Amino acid sequence: MRLIVHRIGPACTVQDQGRTGYLDQGLSRSGAADLLALYEGAALLGNNPALAALEMAGMGGEFEATATLTIALTGAPMQASIDGSPIMWNASHQLEAGQRLVIGSVLQGSYGYLHLGGGIETEVTLGSRSSHLTARIGRAVQAGDQLPATGTGKTGLKLRADDRFSGGLLRVVASFQTALFDDETLTRFTQTTFHRGARANRMGMQLESDGDGFAARGQLNILSEVITPGDIQMTGTGAPFILLPECQTTGGYPRIATVLPCDLPRAAQTQAGGEVRFEFVSLEQAISLQAAFEADLVRLPARVEPLVRDPHDIPDLLSYQLISGMISATE
Amino acid sequence: MTTDTQFPLMRTVGFDGLLVTFAQTMSEPSNRAALAFRGAVEAQQMDGVFETSASLASAYVRFDPSQLSHYDIKKQLRALLDSRDWYSAPLPSGRRFWKVPTVYGTDLAPQLEDAAFAAGLDPAEAIERLSQSRVRVLTIGFAPGQPYLGPLVPEFNIPRLKELTPMVPEGALVLAISQFVLFSGPTPTGWRHVGQTAFSCFRPEMEQSFALNHGDEMQFVSVSRDALEDIRATCTDGTGGASCEEIPA
Repeated sequence: MRLIVHRIGPACTVQDQGRTGYLDQGLSRSGAADLLALYEGAALLGNNPALAALEMAGMGGEFEATATLTIALTGAPMQASIDGSPIMWNASHQLEAGQRLVIGSVLQGSYGYLHLGGGIETEVTLGSRSSHLTARIGRAVQAGDQLPATGTGKTGLKLRADDRFSGGLLRVVASFQTALFDDETLTRFTQTTFHRGARANRMGMQLESDGDGFAARGQLNILSEVITPGDIQMTGTGAPFILLPECQTTGGYPRIATVLPCDLPRAAQTQAGGEVRFEFVSLEQAISLQAAFEADLVRLPARVEPLVRDPHDIPDLLSYQLISGMISATE
Repeated sequence: MTTDTQFPLMRTVGFDGLLVTFAQTMSEPSNRAALAFRGAVEAQQMDGVFETSASLASAYVRFDPSQLSHYDIKKQLRALLDSRDWYSAPLPSGRRFWKVPTVYGTDLAPQLEDAAFAAGLDPAEAIERLSQSRVRVLTIGFAPGQPYLGPLVPEFNIPRLKELTPMVPEGALVLAISQFVLFSGPTPTGWRHVGQTAFSCFRPEMEQSFALNHGDEMQFVSVSRDALEDIRATCTDGTGGASCEEIPA
């Protein structure tokens, strides 16, 4: 079965956990900007977190199933409805053939996710279904596309999602170029409140702050060196960029620190203007923070709850089978 | 970076990586060392290692710290480092030599004259020398399959431009600091666009997605614009009319 795309925002792509093993050929991992959202969707549908979902940057679209389909919505909350009736975010639902699923703009955060039961089964390229637009693998999903899925999965479940949609404190570790920045600059970096700038995509997000930039010594004479997602790169003006899943694999701008993988969903979800601060943690602390995050991912399926429908929340109550007995009585 | 640093140098990269750096700058021995060391780590297939890569003078290893501690992987990599002289390691085996038809200058590669001027050569002389240069894939990176090639003779140690060129196309041959880059996709750049090829470095839709390997050698042979147009019209395998032969070990 398929999900027909009638209308869609300009920056929606199919994403799974990305591809590993091509770094030496200059190809970065790609994969969902908010990894936690993939795990949440999998828990809501009873699916495997390795499956692919539709990542919707900023706004969703209008969709229709060709046959009964199970769906889940996670990540940045967006207004969503089926045939005009609002449906809950962070929950799994059934979408009948012909029904229209409409997903609007983000209410908070940046990246919302639409999961289809059994995963979106687009073509696998180099071991992953993740689009990587800068590498020209895959393309943005467009109106008229049909996303294939098996449709298998549970519905009627909800999850209390971790609030990670309004910026906040990001934990970082020192990396191999941190020592290029003097102590004064590093201290100022951790004492500054940054705002997410307008320039942001899956390659990286710009941060702005009042006052001087954060320059490294010998900034312009640094040999190009490996880049990893989460690196905080200082551009020529000393303005930081947090690098995200589609970042380049090498680069000559110095990196002041690296955001922990467990805090990357919070980083990527920060909406334009949102406040971000940084705190250095030791490698030992980072390892225990990341281990706790991974343990939480494993426990997610045990945290889903039934989505109980209060009759007051059902606007089309009278269209349900309550009236079928009435019809036979008048015949 | 301090100048009294001892190489090879091992440093952490973020939360889950280590970088082994063989020199502060790119040189023939440090590039060989980085390639050979990365190859040796890859060959060991250590449990807990996700992936490895080589850059101009460093090898990078990404691993799972919950499976393989920083302490343990450092110990293993240090033992591997001490096992031989990596600076005299041979280049990888199975290398190939590519001859790629290239249009120098014209409106296809409009910064050739500017590059010749910066190198103190007249354009014909610059084309002659570039066309005869046999260069090596020093590293692949920034974009998928995209090679950094060198070294070129010292005349071509010209700086990057201050202003970025907004966009050069796939297959563009650009030049700075005695190196070429052959672009794998359309991109803005501060390097001078001196040649244009029909060579595709990254072909995700084909079985062999990546055209080149570290250590491969390339020569960008001058052809006429008509010849390149002809190749574009007839050659569909992404090689842009390039010839390829094995380099004996």
